[in-house]
Order: sequence, then C-alpha cells, then structure tokens
Amino acid sequence: MADFAFWLIAALTLGSALMVVSSKSLLYSAYSLLFTFIGVTGLYVFLWADFLAVVQVVVYVGGILVLIIFGIMLTNKISSVNISHTSVQKGVGALVVLGFVSALGLMVYSTPWIQLPNSEPAETTKLIGNLLMMDYLLPFEAASFLLLGALIGATTLSRKDY
Amino acid sequence: MDTLSNYLLISSILFSLGLFGVVTRRNGVAVLMGVELILNAANLNFLAFARFGGMNMSGQVYALFVIVLAAAEAAVALAIIINIFNNFNTINIDDVSELKQ
Amino acid sequence: MITGNFTTDACLLILFLPLLAFVINIFFGKRLPRQGDWVSIGAILITLVLALSLFVEMLSNWNYKFSHEVYFSWIDLGAFKIDLGFWVDNITIVMLLVVSLISSMTHIFSLEYMKGDVRYNRYYAYLGLFTFSMNGIVLANNLMSLYIFWELVGVSSYLLIGHWFEKHSAADASKKAFLTNRVGDIGFFIGIMIMFTAIGSFNFQQLFDGVSNELISGSLLTLAGLGLFMGAVGKSSQFPLHIWLPDAMEGPTPVSALMHAATMVAAGVYLTVRLFPLFTVDALTIIAYVGGFTAIFAATIAITQNDIKKVLAYSTVSQLGYMVLAVGVGNYVAAFFHLLTHAMFKACLFYGSGSVIHAMHHSLHDMHDHDTDPQDMRNMGGFKSKMPVTSMTMTIATLAIAGVPLFSGFLSKDAILAGTLSFVQSNPEHWILALFGFSAAAITAFYMFRLIFMTFYGSPRMPKVFDGIHESPKVMTYPLVVLAGLSFFIFYTVPYFNPFKDYGWFTKLIKAGNSAVPGNPTAKEIYDGVHYAHDAAMMLSLLVAALGIGLSYFMYYRKSLSAEAWSKRAGFLYNLSLNKYYFDENYNKFLYQPFLRLSRAVAYVDWDLYDKYFINGFGYVTKILSKITGRLDFDGLDQTLVDGIGRSAQGAGKNLKTMQTGRLQNYMLFALIGVIIILVVQIT
Repeated sequence: MADFAFWLIAALTLGSALMVVSSKSLLYSAYSLLFTFIGVTGLYVFLWADFLAVVQVVVYVGGILVLIIFGIMLTNKISSVNISHTSVQKGVGALVVLGFVSALGLMVYSTPWIQLPNSEPAETTKLIGNLLMMDYLLPFEAASFLLLGALIGATTLSRKDY
Repeated sequence: MDTLSNYLLISSILFSLGLFGVVTRRNGVAVLMGVELILNAANLNFLAFARFGGMNMSGQVYALFVIVLAAAEAAVALAIIINIFNNFNTINIDDVSELKQ
Repeated sequence: MITGNFTTDACLLILFLPLLAFVINIFFGKRLPRQGDWVSIGAILITLVLALSLFVEMLSNWNYKFSHEVYFSWIDLGAFKIDLGFWVDNITIVMLLVVSLISSMTHIFSLEYMKGDVRYNRYYAYLGLFTFSMNGIVLANNLMSLYIFWELVGVSSYLLIGHWFEKHSAADASKKAFLTNRVGDIGFFIGIMIMFTAIGSFNFQQLFDGVSNELISGSLLTLAGLGLFMGAVGKSSQFPLHIWLPDAMEGPTPVSALMHAATMVAAGVYLTVRLFPLFTVDALTIIAYVGGFTAIFAATIAITQNDIKKVLAYSTVSQLGYMVLAVGVGNYVAAFFHLLTHAMFKACLFYGSGSVIHAMHHSLHDMHDHDTDPQDMRNMGGFKSKMPVTSMTMTIATLAIAGVPLFSGFLSKDAILAGTLSFVQSNPEHWILALFGFSAAAITAFYMFRLIFMTFYGSPRMPKVFDGIHESPKVMTYPLVVLAGLSFFIFYTVPYFNPFKDYGWFTKLIKAGNSAVPGNPTAKEIYDGVHYAHDAAMMLSLLVAALGIGLSYFMYYRKSLSAEAWSKRAGFLYNLSLNKYYFDENYNKFLYQPFLRLSRAVAYVDWDLYDKYFINGFGYVTKILSKITGRLDFDGLDQTLVDGIGRSAQGAGKNLKTMQTGRLQNYMLFALIGVIIILVVQIT
C-alpha cells in the first residue's frame, strides 16, 4: 500500500515536472509546478521530514508559486489571453540532459552507499528548533540578513523608475 | 521503495528536468521555474541522505536553509524579470542579449 | 468501500453516488452528450432503487427497534477523538426514501423544465451535490458530521437559488437565504459546543447517555437545546428567520419543490426529531410556541398573496411550523409523519405550479408578451379544461394539505392536532397553542382552495393567454401523477385499511422513544394522552377544514361572497398580511442600517485615524532610514567595489567576446557537456 503510494507520488512529481518544462502555456507550467511541489512534499513525508514538508507547502506553494504567478501576470498584458512561450535548442538540450541523467543514474546505482542502520522516525520540529538555536545559530542569522537583503533588493529592483 | 537509490534516482530525474527547462526555455519566468525544480531536487537529496544516515538532523536543517535561499532567490529573480520587462518590454531572455557585441 | 453488510453498503452508495454525479457533471458535463443529465439521472435512480430496497427490507423485518451504527475513525488525537459514521434506524430509512424519491422526481421533471438552460450541466451537478449533502444529514450519527453536511446543504441551496444569477432578485435571494441561515447556524454551533464541552462527544447515543446520566442538566441543557433548535429555526425557516424562504422561490421551480418544500427545509424538523431526547421541558415549550406561532403567522400571510409560488412558500413555512409544534408538544413521531406526507403533497403542488408557470411562460412567450407575470394567479383562471392532469393532481394534493379524509394529510395533521390538544389538556395554561393549531388548519384549507379556484376554475381572466395554454409534456406530468398518488392515505396505513385511523406500517415501525432528560414525560404518557384526545381532535379538525374550504368555495368559486369587499373591510389587517407584516422592512431598518452605520464608523477609525497617522508615520521613518542606507550603498559600495569588479570584467569581456554567441543557454549547455564528461570519467 505504502509502496504503491510512494510510486504514485513519485510519478505525480516527475510527470508534472515534465509538464512544467514542456507545456506550451506559461500558466499551465505554473499550475503543474504546484503539483510538483505537492509531490515533493509527499516524498518529504516518506523521508520522515514532517516539519520540512509543512515548510515546503507554506513557502513553495504559498509563497514562491504565488510570486511566480504574479510574475506571469505582471509581465504579460492581461488582455492578451494567450500566455504562451517557446523553447530553443530543444533537440540538443534533450540529448545532453538525457546523457546527464543517465550518467547520474549510473553513478547512483554503481556507488556502494554506506547506510547507517534504520532508525526510528522522530518528531523533527523540536530537534530542528534546537539545532537552529545552537549549532546553526550563525547560518540562521545570516539567512535572516539574506532575507532582509532580498526583500529590500526586490522592492528596489521592481520599482518602475529604477 | 525504502531504499536510498530510489530517492536519489527520483531527485536526479527531477534535477535533469529542471536543467532541461533552464537550458531550453526562452521565457524568463519559465527558466525560474526550472531553477525551482533543481532546488527541490537538491533538497530531496539532502533529506534522503539525512534519513538513511540514521536520521541525521543536520541534513534537514540544510534543507531548511535551501528553502530560505529559494524564497529569496525567487523574489529577487522575479524583481529582475519585472525590471527587464520594464526596460525591454519583453522577458524572452534571448531578446535581452546586450551581452553580445 | 464494500463492507459486506447490505445496509452499510447501500447507505454508502446512496451517499456517494450523487456526489460522483456532481463531480462528473461539474468537470465534464459540458462535453458529455446531452450535457450529462443522464449521469445524474442514472445515479439518482440507482439511489432510489437502493433506498427502496432498504425500505422493503425494513418492512420485511418489521422490527421497530432496528438500529444499525457504523463508525469510521476521522480525527484521532489521543484524548480528542472524532468518529464519523452512520446511524441507520427506521426513521433514517424512511427519510432516505423521501429524499431520493423527491430528488429523482425533480431530476426527471427538470428534463423538460430546464431544457435549453444556459447552465444545464451545472444545474444537474448542483442537484447531485444537494442530494449528497441531504443524505449526509440523514445518515449522520454525530453532531459534527451533521453540521458539516448541514452547511453543505446551505451551500447547494445558495447555488441553486441563485441559478439564474443574472436576475438581480435571484442573486439577492440566494445571498439572503445563505446569510439568514448563518444566523441560525451560529446558535446551532454554540449548541453543539455546549454539548461537547459538557459530555465530550458528538455521537448521538453518547449524548443521550450523557444527558440521562445528568452530565449536563438544568438551564445549561435548556440553553444547549435552544441553540440546537436555532439551527432548525434557520433551516426550516421558522419565525423570526422565516424571511428567506419566500424569496428563495426565485430559484427554478423544481428546486423549490425539492429543497424549499420537501427535503431541505425538512432538515430542521428532522434535526429536532433526531435530537428530541435532548430537549428539556422548558426548551420544548419554547419550540412549541415558535412552531405554533409560525404556523398561524405564515398562514395569515398566505391568504393575500397573488403569486402562486409565494402562496405555496408561505404554506410551506406554515406546515413546517406545524411539524415544529408537534415536536414541541412531545409528539415527535407525528412531526415526522407530517414531514413524510407533506413532502409528497407539497412537492406535487410545487411541480403543479411549475407546470402551470411553464405553460403560462410558453403562452406569453408565443405572444411576445414579456411584461405579464407568469406566476400571478390574477392572470390565470379556467385552466382546468386545458391542463387536466395538472389540475387533477394539484386538486388531490390540495385535498391532502387541507386535511380531508382519505388523504395522507388528514392522518398526519390529525396526529399533530391530537398531540397539541392532549398537551393543552394536561397544561391548560398553554391553551393558545391549540388555538394556533386549529385556526391555522382552517386558514390553510381556505387559501389552498383559493389557489385552486383562482387557477383552474372560473372564467379565464386573460383570454388571449388562455388560448395558448396547453398541458405540459409527459416527463413533467408523470412525477405529478406519482406524487399525487402518494397523497392517498393507503400508502401510509398498509396493511390496515381505515381512513380515519393512522394505524399502519408507519405507526407500527416508528415509535417514540423516551426523552433522555430525567423528569420529562415518558413516551407512554404522551402516547396515552394523544390516544385520549384523538377523537375530539379529529372532529375539530374536520370541522375547521370544512369551514375553510366552504368559505373559499363561496368566495372564489360561487363568488357569492365578494373577496374585494371583505379585504376592504379588513383594511389595515389586509395590508399587513399583503406586505408580510413588514418584516423585511423592519429588519432593514433596525438591523441592517445600524450595522452599516457601525461598519462605517469602524472604517473611519481604521482608515482615517490608524492608517493615516500610525502606518504612514512608520513609512516616513523607513523612508529616512532608506535614504541614509541608500547613500552609503551607492557612494561607498557601488562606486568603488562593485564598479571596480565590473570594470575588470569589462576588460576581460572585451578580449573574450569573439567566443560569445550572446545566448546564455548555449553556454550552460557547453558547461553541462563538461560535467557529463567529468562524471563519466569519475565513474569509470
């Protein structure tokens, strides 16, 4: 049952990701991206990362995706309904990427991964909280500054008269 | 299903799809979507290694940072795209080829 | 979800088939042949067959104690646990049959009535959604899931009333229905929460056990009961929340028949029937007064209305008042009996009015007359010769609602009046309830026959329109015939045959249970009282029905009493009734306008004071700070560091530019090829 669900979610993720990069309509791409994010969230749950799954939904689906759709809306005239877009060097790109993914696949299956013995699923929220406030305090603060910088930068850049 | 290589394979495919998008799309927003796919693939790797490395929480913290970076990146990138649109009245990145002489 | 148990499986299918039809029709309906109406009709007919087989099984079991409960775990957080589930007993089975029967009749009737409508597939989809949610209410075994389905019913009602939302009045009516229901639902929710905090469960049986173990008692229990009753007041459009139902007639007529006559408005009554064991004596007394007052109040409005659907709407409000009255006096089986019979004959009346309006509409359409109101009875008259089936079936249903022997309404109304009379006999201080009941019965008979006489008898008032009138097609008349047939008493008294006694499968299989509240009258006491009062109530109700019918006959058929003269004589009272006691106007004046003023005041505080000074002040400070950082950034960082890097890059770029195609993605592709080479080398 869980096995089936896992493959179903994997298929959803990859299928919609394919839609994202191949669809003719920009809006369809954006909506497919939603399903990719949700699929990835499902995979996070399988990886026992409950807090990350929630963050993924909140940030990606609630934030980034909305931002992207805003981007589409702002950079296309609303009156022109057909928000389509085209691709370049499709054939060569597909060939090279196919080569890339087969090289990666080869690597994944030929490497003898060292796996630690299976441990139990834990409540990750508390553990992550502790780590953030102790071991990773500096990166945490740096990230805060980064976000502030991005905030100001984005506002400045998107001003009309810049 | 519960093996490391399955997750790694899924994330490789996701990564490659994102790369394909970045390499082939003409529209700036679509390129950005490809980048998001790549970041998601990377995150999947972090979490997979964390889970099969004996529930090592550092992996999850890194994934969290990646999400933070992704959010910042998306905001800035979109601001740039909007700026480009204002200046060139298009967001097809190969029309914006001032890099070429 | 096949569990192997016939009852469970049938209930699951009955619940989910209409939902399936909804999903298919809302997403793919437009692309299916015939816009997907056959999907909905197929689903509802299967539902009807399943409900009928459950019903037949109930008859063959002949066990009035039959009860079947199924749980599915929904939320389980250790101490806090909510189960979803079904509670199937004989009441549920009868109610399921009523819902699926009326719903399937509506589906069939709409084939012709809604033909060519712009949103045909959506109409059928919403009918499916409604049937799903109504069955959900019927099957629920706990307050939580009941509440969910309750709101779903509200939503589907909203969608269907506003089906023709291009019409301003329809859009307004749907909003009004939704918001009025919301007022009742707040009380309902408070009631649910009081019950949950006191007893710690949503399950009906556990609530009953909790009440009989006195986990909650006294005035708090009365309050909780009244809260739960508030929900019923909203949904069953009892006084003072009755204002939405007459407006809801803006929806398509088959919808009015299904939801605003037979099933959805009955949900409130069904709720009080289900929760009867929870109500204290005080709560029941208030319920009885609300019901009794609504019955007489709505009936007096119905007398003067000229719109055929408005008459039926107020008649529905009045009949619902009857049912609530019956619950209030403790005879809740009679309430449920009346719900059952009323569903049949009132749906028949609504379909009949739909058929008349349909005919009027077509006749007016052929004459290119778009100003005459096709629903106004003053434009009708003499339709009997042109529409024999409609006229016959509507007359049968009218005889039933007026409480004439041989028809179903007689039995159920009689049971309610007997209950009221016995209640008054044991509590003489509430004598006015009996007065309400009997005078409402007389008025009901009067205005229903007024409707029949004005529509089908006499001479045509608009001869030109009359010439274009013709009988509706078969898909519209068949449901009428079926429902008119079900208005005869025999279907409710099988296997006994006595038009004056309600003995039959219904009274044998559905018996009143005891109240869970300690100290309330037991079911046996109530039953004995009703039995004792029965003959007197029957005589009285026959008398008042004859009185009403007779008065109507002389006034509107023989015209030996002038209706105009009487209305002039009534003067002030007539205007009061014609304008529905100015309820909408007063609500507007005393509720909506002050609320709007309050909103404006709050908006002033929020915008003019808070926004302008506080928020803008923040903005100002930020602006100054930004200016300082901007200067630092530009002069310090940009000019020297960033530009320096840029300059060096520029120099390098000048030398390398010959290699560049200018297309970033080309560069990436080259880089990628490099990565592949590195990877392959690494692996091998």
